[in-house]
Amino acid sequence: MPRFAMVIDTRKCVGCQDCVVACQTENDVPQGYCRDWIATEVRGSFPQLSMEIRTERCNHCDNPPCVSCCPTGASHVEDFGHTVQVIANKCIGCKACIAACPYDARYVHPDGYVDKCTFCLHRVKEGKDPACVSVCPTHCMYFGDLDDPKSAIHTLLATRRHHTLLPEAGTKPRIFYLT
Amino acid sequence: MLEVTSTRHNLHIDPVLTVWSWEIPLYLFIGGIVAGMMVLGGLALLRLARGEDTRRYFSMQTPLLAFMLLNIGMLALMLDLTHRLYAWRIFTTFQYTSPMAWGSWLLIIVYGVLLVSALIRLPDAWPWLSRKLPVLHKLSDAIVGRPQWIAVLGWANLVLGIGLGIYTGILLNTMVARPLWNSAILGPLFLVSGLSAGVATMHIAASLLQGRAAPQGMVGGAFSALLQPMGPQHPEKDTAHALLRYDQMFLVAELVFIAILLINLHTSSASHAAAAALITSGPYAAAFWGVVVIAGVALPLVWQALELAHKVKHTVAPALLVLAGGFTLRWIMVSAGQMSEIVPVLSMAP
Repeated sequence: MPRFAMVIDTRKCVGCQDCVVACQTENDVPQGYCRDWIATEVRGSFPQLSMEIRTERCNHCDNPPCVSCCPTGASHVEDFGHTVQVIANKCIGCKACIAACPYDARYVHPDGYVDKCTFCLHRVKEGKDPACVSVCPTHCMYFGDLDDPKSAIHTLLATRRHHTLLPEAGTKPRIFYLT
Repeated sequence: MLEVTSTRHNLHIDPVLTVWSWEIPLYLFIGGIVAGMMVLGGLALLRLARGEDTRRYFSMQTPLLAFMLLNIGMLALMLDLTHRLYAWRIFTTFQYTSPMAWGSWLLIIVYGVLLVSALIRLPDAWPWLSRKLPVLHKLSDAIVGRPQWIAVLGWANLVLGIGLGIYTGILLNTMVARPLWNSAILGPLFLVSGLSAGVATMHIAASLLQGRAAPQGMVGGAFSALLQPMGPQHPEKDTAHALLRYDQMFLVAELVFIAILLINLHTSSASHAAAAALITSGPYAAAFWGVVVIAGVALPLVWQALELAHKVKHTVAPALLVLAGGFTLRWIMVSAGQMSEIVPVLSMAP
């Protein structure tokens, strides 16, 4: 069984927000909400500055705190691709998962249940890339199976310096940022 | 210098997490009161099982009062749910890794034990109900006639009360993402705060009907049942003092646990120290020091000590302060806890 992950090249990302719009369109994300977003990190003081632009979303962690705190099993790890998913009609809207997520990747959908990035599993099952990956004009996003040594993401992680977000939270996130 | 900007703009997530408003603090507060009342009620039941006449103890009436209070807490919890038509889903599964699942099942058992415990005094408290449903009277007699059943109920109240009190803290404690909650002392702190608030509630209930005859009838009877600890009789002076002495012990323990919480957080990682600063010197400092520590614990401690020493007249004012402090403690922990976040290690590089 694959273990899906994403690799994002921060040296290529320009923060155009195409991925954000593609996700909102593909997944009918309600107006005013987003499942993915752009973070810009500026370090240093003028004129000595460095900047990292990255697209962020649910990290589909290997050790997801949102799943272990869910009282109904609505938040669960899907067998296919080992991704973290929410079953809307099992969710009671207690918001424990939102409080448990160190990335603040979840929100309450106006219909009451908790919503977040699904890695576009419906597209992946058809053999396509997630919507955000497929529209990126700089091709800075890579999607694939972390356990497949022949996959592009495997090669990138073996050859490039990278980091994850808040590794100190112990969640073992599966979105990697190349630097 | 490090500056992070984000285009994310989700409701109640940005700029700071505010998904839990007043409902969860109120639920935790009432859960704590109920836990405290169960512990004290359990102790009274154990004395009754040993053959002591505990009818004059306020605590004998606590199961009924606790049961009614718990309904208010559960109402607050339901109001907090955003997909509440699916609330029954909790009880079609048991997710053993989820504290909320443990708490939900625990509350079902608590409801059952409180109802059975309330049966002991129901015929006296609600004569109209036992007239309409004589079976309740029979059940009550069956329990009262068997000291070993009363002892089991006493222990059940005691253990479940402690469990419920600790659970209200553990619920927050398990969330790694919010450093303010990452101290295991939160469970014991909420337990002693609940015990203290439970004593305060009984104290206030005991004082309200002092010297008045218990009203009759369906509504009046129900009302008097809530406050029946004394019914037409005055609470005995020594019982009132026993409550105060219990409360002094709980308040001292609360002060110690608050100190341990702050020491624990301040001596942990940068994230935890920053989280503690939110309540010690940040936006919640005034409410924390002013309402929780001074008005909610220290002042009642001194006031009640003076009452016990017969230096000042006995009033319910310290009990009211304890309740205000107990609710504020939970409100601060829930609100400031949501505001606290893990400080990325990389951001600490010069």
